[in-house]
Amino acid sequence: MKQVDIVVIGGGPAGLAAAIEAKKNGAKNILVIERDRELGGILQQCIHNGFGLHVFKEELTGPEYAERFIKELEEMGIEYKLDTMVLELTEDKVVKAINTSDGLMIIEAKAVILSMGCRERTRGAIAIPGMRPAGVFTAGTAQRYINMEGYMVGKKVVILGSGDIGLIMARRMVLEGAEVLAVAELMPYSGGLTRNIVQCLDDYDIPLMLSHTVTEIKGKDRVESVTISQVDDSLRPIPGTEKEYECDTVLLSVGLIPENELSSGAGVELDPVTKGPVVNEAMETSIAGVFACGNVVHVHDLVDFVTEESRRAGTAAAKYVAGLVEEGGSQFTTEAAEGVAYTVPQQVRLANVEDSLNVFLRVRKVYHNASLVVKADGKEIMRKKRRHMAPGEMENIRIPKDKMLDMDGRTVTIEVEETPEKEVKSA
Amino acid sequence: MIKLENGSQDLVCIVCPIGCRLTITKDDSNENGYVVEGNVCKRGEAYAIKELTAPTRMIPTTVRIKEGFLPRLPVRTSAPVPKELIFQCMDEINKVAVEAPVKMGDVIVANILDTGVDIIATRSMTRK
Repeated sequence: MKQVDIVVIGGGPAGLAAAIEAKKNGAKNILVIERDRELGGILQQCIHNGFGLHVFKEELTGPEYAERFIKELEEMGIEYKLDTMVLELTEDKVVKAINTSDGLMIIEAKAVILSMGCRERTRGAIAIPGMRPAGVFTAGTAQRYINMEGYMVGKKVVILGSGDIGLIMARRMVLEGAEVLAVAELMPYSGGLTRNIVQCLDDYDIPLMLSHTVTEIKGKDRVESVTISQVDDSLRPIPGTEKEYECDTVLLSVGLIPENELSSGAGVELDPVTKGPVVNEAMETSIAGVFACGNVVHVHDLVDFVTEESRRAGTAAAKYVAGLVEEGGSQFTTEAAEGVAYTVPQQVRLANVEDSLNVFLRVRKVYHNASLVVKADGKEIMRKKRRHMAPGEMENIRIPKDKMLDMDGRTVTIEVEETPEKEVKSA
Repeated sequence: MIKLENGSQDLVCIVCPIGCRLTITKDDSNENGYVVEGNVCKRGEAYAIKELTAPTRMIPTTVRIKEGFLPRLPVRTSAPVPKELIFQCMDEINKVAVEAPVKMGDVIVANILDTGVDIIATRSMTRK
């Protein structure tokens, strides 16, 4: 049995940042396990710009962002294994992994960092009716084919879902010579960043059809057409609004789900809303010494926040291995209230919070001129105004430590309070 | 961008996540030559005028690579290029095939279409 201090499962942006930070904080024997042929994860196929504005204060593409971390990891001499699949993680931190050169490996770790990322929802997950021809791809699969493998996936395209990957792929398909007929979005608002709607759709006159969805796919061998229908307030297709579009390809950008088979196999407690592990301020899961960071915890829109969160996990894992974690003292939980879908971290041990606690959250709908209000057992402790909030843009609120001194055993809620129309005008 | 009947144009500001709905109108009496409405900050005004007079965009794409670890090498413009040149740039970029190894930042096409902008590699790639 191989013994290491820290096993990092997944060599994408989360795993890279966590491993580097663990090493910087004194951890010695670290092993990163990656199932793909190289490090970097999904960043390697995200060739568009827009990464790194927070972490590096400059605008990079995905591969550039990844390469900076890969280089640092290699220079630090952190060991990693490629083309290696983790088959199982146990509660006592034994990792079973396999590849073609080492065979089956059983690795005993003092700490484990879960950084497996997320996977795309597929046609099956949203049950689009119709025939089952070739030519239906998740947007990320198409992105990998085009940007890394050198295969063009189609010529006449309809995209379902206006998340950022769908928008980015609309532009990408057009630049590579395809025609994108429309982007249909079930919700009355886009899940993507405004910048992407302007620069990926408007620039190329691609229509964004809000409150619309694909209700049928036709085609014997290859996609021949799709039917797009308008939906009502309860998101049900409205009969009589069907319109058929001749096309050969359908791209799906209909959501991402944290990939937690290994976590649940080990008995890690998952949050039903985020679909990722419940974590504390140190990004530690319900199993002591098992940490999680990045999209495996909750789906992020910006890699910069993944990096920030993963550095916290890496630091904490190093402290855990060295036996420096403060146990005991004041503890409390965080919960989403009115207008908020979830909060991360869900649990907090005050002794491990330095100056402030950064809570990530997502709101449930689009808000203009609203406030995020933090309450402890119903009593307000702070609020922050936000001019604009949307479900597609992750929010965070920094709660100063001195506001959390008297919280032991309590529940801290975060909610949205809309500012009445009158106050907005006079403000 | 939507052209209105009175010669004004509507656009959404993308400088920050607020996404102000801007209206820009030509007005020679103003020092900038334009009047911008709907913006909550100065950056919105500058964005609207730039979008109307000289819009530019980054182009991230790929080129063919021979003997590379992967068959495509990701590249981008070293700076934004005029928006109307996007497809001409793509035509030029698509003519290129490089040979591995390549280092991140290597110039793949120098001074594309005389814009003063280079096409650079956005990752390093070893030989296969």
